[in-house]
Amino acid sequence: MPRIADTDFDPLIQQAWQVLETLTDPEIPVVTLRDMGIVRKVLHHDDGLEVIITPTYSGCPAMEQIEDDVRTSLAQLGGPVRVTTQLSPAWTTDWMSDAAREKLRAYGIAPPHRCASVGDNVVQFAPRAASRLTAPDRPACPQCGSLQTTEVSHFGSTACKALYKCLNCLEPFDYFKPY
Amino acid sequence: MDTRVTPAKAPEDYLLHLADNAMVLGQRNAEWCGHGPILEEDIAMANVSLDLIGQARLLYQLVAERRGHGCTEDTLAYFRDVPQFRNYTLLELPHHGPLVGYAVAERDYAVTLVRNFLISALMVEVWAGLSHAPDPELAAIAERSLKETRYHLRHSHDWLVRLGDGTDESHQRMQAALDHLWAYTQEFWTATDLEAAATQQGLDMAAIRHAWQTTVTAGLAQATLRQPADGGYVSQGKQCVHSEHLGYLLAEMQSLARAHPQGQW
Repeated sequence: MPRIADTDFDPLIQQAWQVLETLTDPEIPVVTLRDMGIVRKVLHHDDGLEVIITPTYSGCPAMEQIEDDVRTSLAQLGGPVRVTTQLSPAWTTDWMSDAAREKLRAYGIAPPHRCASVGDNVVQFAPRAASRLTAPDRPACPQCGSLQTTEVSHFGSTACKALYKCLNCLEPFDYFKPY
Repeated sequence: MDTRVTPAKAPEDYLLHLADNAMVLGQRNAEWCGHGPILEEDIAMANVSLDLIGQARLLYQLVAERRGHGCTEDTLAYFRDVPQFRNYTLLELPHHGPLVGYAVAERDYAVTLVRNFLISALMVEVWAGLSHAPDPELAAIAERSLKETRYHLRHSHDWLVRLGDGTDESHQRMQAALDHLWAYTQEFWTATDLEAAATQQGLDMAAIRHAWQTTVTAGLAQATLRQPADGGYVSQGKQCVHSEHLGYLLAEMQSLARAHPQGQW
């Protein structure tokens, strides 16, 4: 049976995590891949390291860059590395750490609400999607903190974001969509 | 190695049907990139296309892996011809109404939005059902595609209402788009080997049709649009019998790969 070392006490795995901790999302350079919940697991097999990653959006152009970054950076540890893409369970913004959410906010991107709180509302119908959201569901403006915000467009600068506007300070901002 | 197809695995044709649907609609909608009616919608349609092409890639990769013998996602997307594509005819139609003779038309965003609404309302149900499919790899793809498709439905539904219940001009154009496209949705329900495969993967096509009709009826009512009567020619794109439009779409999509058949990029 192939050996899979215990994650907590294997020094190579700990080193790998230290390296992975330095890798950031290619499109949002303030959060790490681990913060984002993209890097799921590091395994130590007889024939080298295996890193399990879960892709975000099906068509996210950053995924190949991310795979490359993981492979290149772990190569410095010496041994062979393979990256395995795992689709299920599907990536969700709920995996984002609280630290990551705070970093997004500081960077000017409103962090996603928990999917549990939004639920199937993602698909609920209303003539004006934003106006239906009650105040606690609306993203707070990352600049001034106001909850008086409104959706400008379902899609923002990348697939994972929507475009909002603050009605208080009038600044436009990206909202990381709950996914 | 044992390569027998176990009953749990979805038949290849069914996977290609799902993949071709996503690929062809993704390619069609991507025509708006740089030409969208407003900047936000230009970006929206490019993002919707990215999702669809991403879904198609996952499905093509799955087929290629199972088929082996040098098959890749690229050979499936770029080196098959019209008679091998299994997408619904609805998805290959240009972004405008029917034309006669040598008439030419500009793209009409109403056609784009109505089509996206009709197909997203269907695919939300299909992906939700397939999330529990006995084929575990298909289920994994369905689970993530569902999230994206829900959002596409929200986007197209929002615009359906905004434009349907908008000005006289926008209402008239949305109704014309619906009148043009409606007959093609009949293809969703004709029973073929693909629906048998869907059933085997846990889908209840009668329940899906009911759910789709409920979504569509509610959406059209809010948008003050009238549902056309069924009837007329029932298209057969999923059985590889296509309209004249698919060839042009594929020619544009495939020409680069075919001009450089060994190209790597």
